[in-house]
Amino acid sequence: MNYLEFEKPLAEIEGKAEELRAMARTNDGMDVEKEAAALDKKAAALLSEIYKGLTPWQKCQVARHPERPHCRDYIEALFTEFTPLAGDRNFADDHAVMGGLARFDDMPVVVIGHEKGNDTKSRIERNFGMARPEGYRKAIRLMDLAHRFGLPVVTLVDTPGAYPGKGAEERGQSEAIARSTAKCLEIGVPLVSVVIGEGGSGGAVAFATANKVLMLEHSIYSVISPEGCASILWKDAEKMREAAEALRLTAQDLLKLGVIDQVIAEPKGGAQRDPQAAIAAVGKAIGGVLKDLKGKKPEKLVKDRRQKYLDMGSKGLAA
Amino acid sequence: MNWISNYVRPKINSLFSRREVPENLWTKCPECGTMLFHRELADNLNVCTTCDHHMAITPRARFAALFDGGVFHEIAVTEPLPDPLQFRDQKRYPDRLRAAQRETGEKGAMLVAEGEMGRTPIVAAAQDFSFMAGSMGMQVGNAIIAGAQRAVKLKRPFVLFSAAGGARMQEGILSLMQMPRSTIAVQMLKEAGLPYIVVLTHPTTGGVTASYAMLGDVQIAEPNALICFAGPRVIEQTIREKLPEGFQRAEYLLDHGMLDRVTHRKAMKDELVTILRMLTGQPPAVKGELPSPPEPAEPDAAPEQSSAPEPAPKGDAKA
Repeated sequence: MNYLEFEKPLAEIEGKAEELRAMARTNDGMDVEKEAAALDKKAAALLSEIYKGLTPWQKCQVARHPERPHCRDYIEALFTEFTPLAGDRNFADDHAVMGGLARFDDMPVVVIGHEKGNDTKSRIERNFGMARPEGYRKAIRLMDLAHRFGLPVVTLVDTPGAYPGKGAEERGQSEAIARSTAKCLEIGVPLVSVVIGEGGSGGAVAFATANKVLMLEHSIYSVISPEGCASILWKDAEKMREAAEALRLTAQDLLKLGVIDQVIAEPKGGAQRDPQAAIAAVGKAIGGVLKDLKGKKPEKLVKDRRQKYLDMGSKGLAA
Repeated sequence: MNWISNYVRPKINSLFSRREVPENLWTKCPECGTMLFHRELADNLNVCTTCDHHMAITPRARFAALFDGGVFHEIAVTEPLPDPLQFRDQKRYPDRLRAAQRETGEKGAMLVAEGEMGRTPIVAAAQDFSFMAGSMGMQVGNAIIAGAQRAVKLKRPFVLFSAAGGARMQEGILSLMQMPRSTIAVQMLKEAGLPYIVVLTHPTTGGVTASYAMLGDVQIAEPNALICFAGPRVIEQTIREKLPEGFQRAEYLLDHGMLDRVTHRKAMKDELVTILRMLTGQPPAVKGELPSPPEPAEPDAAPEQSSAPEPAPKGDAKA
């Protein structure tokens, strides 16, 4: 288990329980189960306590937790017959974006998402989930495909942001993002988006301009990273706690602002502690939304989607 | 991603602060150092008479030069919530906003107007870099939507001059949501079969470039304008190498196929007229300085829906 900084007290207790049990395993006849169970109970209580009152900055850390389930885990668990489709037909295949045909509850769909990778090798291959223009152009192509054949689109958002690189800029990063967002607004099929970890700025919007936007309880969605915001507005990157607070980037605040439609509860201690439960919860939520959107006319889906964004911003946070 | 700080060049700031002081009649060109007399500079549309460096120009000054006889009618923009997130960094957002409004005399960073340009009726929008770095907040989104709706109603082309450091961080996610919102405005124009021309001016960056500023039917930039998604400093930090000379400047983007043209500010009006008249199937225009059009015979009829933007009751005549 990878403990976050604010989980340190928990690490201590869980470590002690583990130590006790290890001792008992080597010394026959030693019974520590009672004490270890007491420690477990204490740890569980502490875990609930910590996760009940996560600050926005702590949520950012949870959202970026390396052991959190990633796009690939969701696709493998929730979809069948996943058939990845590659390339933007112009330049390259961007491995930061996964996408293809798949079945969800037997229904054919197009699934697209950012994949961050889960070890050094795959993280480099996936460019830490930071897409280049080719990634967005692949997504555009897949959305077009979905539109032509009437398949619902599910997008899974988990990116620190679009990749700020030389080649990415030369090949039109901004144009690619703009067109991807535009495509999201054009397709006459249900479009459901789930922010499963980090919803990083324009790189997220390009996939998450949807009929329904769902967020996991401890995921974040923001115009800029708290570190970036802190360095600009506070002139000090170390003020990321304050910036995270001010940006209102938590799922709970975004729901109040009317920017997202639903918050999906995570297992106790976050998705990283029980990936299977988190994935199942996401699956259930996607199923519910797809069911609601099923049978709606293409024009209605487009119109509703646009109206939702046109109306956005009329709701502030109550003081 | 430090979108704003990268481009807020101290030079430009000093230019603006200098213009606040009426007794300062001279402006030093930040590029070549020539001292320029204020009237001469204004006559040359804030372009250095020695080195052709394009300095920032306010939307009003731009419109005064763009519309025949300097006559235009401002289009009303729905006022957004003043501080939806109750954002506070080192200062409160409402204080920053009020300061910007006081300094510029404008309500927000985007001005929209209707009028005739080379006897060609258009709707135009211009972004004001001196208003909180032109950043894209809800007012900007509302202005683009108001402009597009007005253009659709009057069946006129829409010309947009972009200039922004990126998103308005103090409006957090609602600033980010102007990417889809402005994209919908562009789609309204496209669906109505109306030309949408973007003139990218220095600097156009971040979420602005990654939405409405890259979706024009024709994309024109002013010389040497910085146009990018991620700023040069962010990229240098990411890839740890020096970027080539002229990287992300208008001419560089033209070379990389991201723009149609790079055009001098003084030649912009004629060029826009030429292009728009061809796109809308009108005969060639009479070029050059034209007197103001006769007062409109049709005092614009009242808008059908209450949400539609209304033309300002009286014109802002500028000589």
